[in-house]
Amino acid sequence: METLEQIKNRAELAVPGARIEVIANPGPSKQSSFLLDNEHAVAVAKFLRDHPVLRFDFCSNVTAVDWLDRTIKKTVKVKQVVDGIEKEVDQITEEKIPGYLEVVYHLYSIKHKDGPLVIRMRTANRMAGAPLPSLTPIWRSAEFQEREAFDLYGIEFDGHPDLRRILMWDEFTDHPMRKDYREPDDYDWEPTPHDAVLEKAKKHYPSRPELDGAEKITANPQ
Amino acid sequence: MSATGLQELEQPPPGMSSRLEGELLEVSMGPQHPSTHGVFRMNVALDGEIVRKLKPVFGYLHRNHEKIGENASYLGSMPYTDRLDYFCSMTNNWAYALSVEKLAGIEVPERAEYLRIILAELTRLQNHASLLGFLLSDMGAWGTPLMYAFREREKILDLFESLSGSRMMCDYMRFGGCRVDASAEWLARAQQIVDRFPRFLDEFEELILQNEIVISRTQNVGKLSAELAISAGITGPMLRASGVNYDIRKVDRYGFYPRFKFRIPLGDHGDTYDRLMMRALEMRESIEILKQALPQIPDGPIVNPKVKVRAFRPPVGEAYGRIEAPKGELGFYLISDGGPNPYRYRVRPPSFINLTILEDLCLGHTVADVMVILGSVDIVMGEVDR
Repeated sequence: METLEQIKNRAELAVPGARIEVIANPGPSKQSSFLLDNEHAVAVAKFLRDHPVLRFDFCSNVTAVDWLDRTIKKTVKVKQVVDGIEKEVDQITEEKIPGYLEVVYHLYSIKHKDGPLVIRMRTANRMAGAPLPSLTPIWRSAEFQEREAFDLYGIEFDGHPDLRRILMWDEFTDHPMRKDYREPDDYDWEPTPHDAVLEKAKKHYPSRPELDGAEKITANPQ
Repeated sequence: MSATGLQELEQPPPGMSSRLEGELLEVSMGPQHPSTHGVFRMNVALDGEIVRKLKPVFGYLHRNHEKIGENASYLGSMPYTDRLDYFCSMTNNWAYALSVEKLAGIEVPERAEYLRIILAELTRLQNHASLLGFLLSDMGAWGTPLMYAFREREKILDLFESLSGSRMMCDYMRFGGCRVDASAEWLARAQQIVDRFPRFLDEFEELILQNEIVISRTQNVGKLSAELAISAGITGPMLRASGVNYDIRKVDRYGFYPRFKFRIPLGDHGDTYDRLMMRALEMRESIEILKQALPQIPDGPIVNPKVKVRAFRPPVGEAYGRIEAPKGELGFYLISDGGPNPYRYRVRPPSFINLTILEDLCLGHTVADVMVILGSVDIVMGEVDR
């Protein structure tokens, strides 16, 4: 496989206006990735699939990642004059990165038997129904996997032929793979509720001030 | 009734003034149906017996495996990967261990690599054997072929049990190696089973592969072109049945597969018969690998001693590792933020993605063919729904 820089140059030449950023992977796997801009992503993906040297015809894995708002603390040594003497002082800078949802595609080439090339796209924010272009018209294998990302993460794929929930049931409202997902209060009745179950149980029955103590809670309150 | 039979009906027979105006009948097949291989449902629109639309419905076994994986430690997910494709827990373990080893940069000792290959190929043997049995069951050869296949599978499961303590939920691999060592006696037993396996294959092939009913039920049914297979991300025997030479054991050269001589069987037509044959041929190649690996296995440690068992924290980064599981490409995508559990844990399930083109395969065929086509895709719902 060509280096990421070479592929990036080819793609930027072929698709005018495309902005591709190489995201370095600090880990030992050395699988660095491309961050595509959402506007030109479909054109770049088509180029990656069809270019005779690259031919990434097999999109193996499509998935999403939820990144919450983060602050990155950096410590920088700064020279400061303290009491008339120049000293090196640690200065802590905080950088706030707003949260976003990210889709990751792992591409391989069956023709040239190489890969993976990792491409990613990011939504602007973590709002419900954050849009991204769908790559299903380029690789059919993204069809179910993008539906899964829509179902579990709530990313709206523009141009997807059949965007419905796939694993959760249709009436379900939330997106359970998001990092801030809170599971619903699935109340189970217990004959003698106590501790956490008791606290839950109290929420599920109307308050009855005439009864003293929660151990009198019954299954069929009137 | 065949598709051509329907077209003949378009012209009213002589003496008949008008033909029946058939409307599409929507049928919900499954989820409780013996031939759906688990709880799987298909919404089918039928014109007579001919399938005009088919929409698979998933999620009956969904337990959000990935979320549980993100809340468990790296090692804590290992026994849970057994439950993905519960026929092939050994290959699931291997795919996960391989991804974590990529993520953390871990080397695996030689003996462990050999053990992994031996167990993965034994898994392939029992998976393909039972698939052939199930497929014949779907076609109406009720019971007997499946029992023949299960007889062989049982021998391999006994091997797994004596090695790992469990027949199906093996939980055998560890990061940087394997959990327990195989004794010389175990290896001799494995050798014996491998030596006897071709006899079962010969018998099974004579029974089914030239059988007239099998041929008429499978040939030219559910044809898959190479272009569609590649675009739809089909992997494993199903891709190779369409004539695409792509086997991850050869392409990625993971483990010690480059040390062994084996061939990749390829299909010509991409129909159900080719997919069925592909399993029979792949079993022969697996036996070849096992025959080379079992005598060659070196002595030595089975786990890398540098890997921390407690407080295992891979460095920040991400990795995608994949292996050729019996059903196709099984991959794990992991993101580490330096903590004790993965920030993102993703399973790339082969049988889920192989179902993408189920509708394309079934259109124009009869309802009875749908079962055969679905059987030849080889799905396990534990992996599809996760």
